[in-house]
Amino acid sequence: MTCSRLFDRRTRTLLVIIGCLLFFFVVFLGAWLYGRQGEVTNLTLRKISPGWGQPFGTDWLGRDMFARTLQGLRLSLGIGLLAATCSAIIALILGLAAATLGKTVDVVITWLADAGMATPHLVLLILISFACGGGAKGIIIAVAASHWPALTRVIRAEVMQLRTSDYVRLSRRLGKKPVWIARHHLLPHVVPQFLVGLLLLFPHAILHAAGLTFLGFGMSPHIPEIGTLLSESMRYLSSGMWWLAVAPGLTLVVSVMAFDLLGNNVRALLDPKTMRE
Amino acid sequence: MNNQSTHQGIAGFLLLKMLRLLLLVAAVATLSFVLVSSSPVDPVDAYVGAAMLKVSPEQHEIIAHHWGLDKPPAERFFSWARQIASGDFGVSTIFNEPVLSVICKRFVTSFWLMALAWSISGAIGFGLGMSAGAWEDTLLDRAIRLYAYTMASTPIFWVGMLMLMTFSVSLGWTPVCCAWPLGLSAEQATFWQRLHHLLLPAITLSLTGIAQITLHTREKTIAALRSDYAVFAHAQGETTAGIVFRRALRNVALPAVTLQFASLGELFGGAVLAEQVFAYPGLGRTTVEAGIRGDIPLLLGIVLFSTIFVFTGNFMADLIYQLVDPRIQKTAGGASP
Repeated sequence: MTCSRLFDRRTRTLLVIIGCLLFFFVVFLGAWLYGRQGEVTNLTLRKISPGWGQPFGTDWLGRDMFARTLQGLRLSLGIGLLAATCSAIIALILGLAAATLGKTVDVVITWLADAGMATPHLVLLILISFACGGGAKGIIIAVAASHWPALTRVIRAEVMQLRTSDYVRLSRRLGKKPVWIARHHLLPHVVPQFLVGLLLLFPHAILHAAGLTFLGFGMSPHIPEIGTLLSESMRYLSSGMWWLAVAPGLTLVVSVMAFDLLGNNVRALLDPKTMRE
Repeated sequence: MNNQSTHQGIAGFLLLKMLRLLLLVAAVATLSFVLVSSSPVDPVDAYVGAAMLKVSPEQHEIIAHHWGLDKPPAERFFSWARQIASGDFGVSTIFNEPVLSVICKRFVTSFWLMALAWSISGAIGFGLGMSAGAWEDTLLDRAIRLYAYTMASTPIFWVGMLMLMTFSVSLGWTPVCCAWPLGLSAEQATFWQRLHHLLLPAITLSLTGIAQITLHTREKTIAALRSDYAVFAHAQGETTAGIVFRRALRNVALPAVTLQFASLGELFGGAVLAEQVFAYPGLGRTTVEAGIRGDIPLLLGIVLFSTIFVFTGNFMADLIYQLVDPRIQKTAGGASP
């Protein structure tokens, strides 16, 4: 790529991180300052296609789609971030526990992870969100509770390798408790895996949360989450209001791609095989 | 290795897999039952829906008693597990029909959608991946990679909506909904009518499914081109295309087939979303209805069914390795890899 000749990977990753942070900041600030505009109905400005005044057009009630998209994106990013963080922390704890707390714990956790990966993600999401009775809480719990198995396996495998290293064995001989060893010797080693796992989970979490709300689980129609916006626009597809679906969807795709790029760059930087490119 | 022991190896492999499937289904059944019974959604209220105010507390209790909801959860679980073990999945509350027959009927409709999408994405994804890998860092490679990365970040339901707007609403080439013309039953519709209704959802489903297989095949092709045998063939004067399609193909095809079989879970999830957009009456749409309207027997049935579905995919992947890859047959002799 031309980009790789201009900057090395470290600089490029740094640029991507700054870009993503800026994006986050702009979305949250924009939603905070301008988002209220999306709740204002203005019947004289109904069904306007995108133009100078309304960059994303207006809907059938004259609400500004740009403001609604901003608010929706803020909600999607917030839900995704919260769910991905919860999921990654679950994975970290379970992965460490499986590898350090003995055979029984390991068997139980591996069994849980297998069961969690055995069902299609979306079916599991629907099941858990049903179990939580829907709502934003249901979506966050569903996404958090269904995305940990893969990362748990990675962390468990990593810790399994570390466990037989000299300093861990020495520490055990010195009479340290498993939990103490896990916290002081093992945890610092899996932090990179944890961070990369979290960053790579994030785009998945956003997409799955949007998918769930699109299907009608959770959010009430008054809260403009991106999935809800898109499922609302389904009703107006045949009347030619294409912008209701195109603009919010495109924003979602661009943000998911940005965070995917971030995750992949950080992974490549931390992976010793590719870090010197 | 003689034929006799290979057969024994395969038999042992099958037995082991069956045992794993049973354990897995038991685990998923237990977990999902716990999840469902902890739901705050009252199944009776979800069932009567808008007529909730017209149902008196007495009638509510009668329905609950009829479904066995007044018993403690542990007792309910064991009676449910006994039913499942004997092959009875109960009666769906929204369709008023045995769960198994609902799942069978809907799955047949979904099956054609998923099969078509799966084959398209497998074939095209593999071809794109090999071409991208063979001509690494060319304009072609970059275009293919950009496409794959974009599709990996794109929600499938949005792709479906764009397709619907373009081909059904604006151009009018394809129908807007359903799996067969309105007013006809599934049996009355002709093959071409069904294919016409199937085409757009299947293309949508395969467009996003292509991403993973393409990127995976590309990596494998690049690795194969850097291997000793490829360098040797190159030194003998073979062209890149020749090396890729005559020598690397076999090595790349096997992991690709495995990956494609192992991706049945994502295919199922994608089908749920695609069917929702195109109002395609398959198992995916039924899953959503069961979840929203609180049809617990159906939801549990679908969870178990989809678990078996995904397991079958992984099983096929393992089996193909066992049967096709000569290296595994020689070393492991059919033991679980």
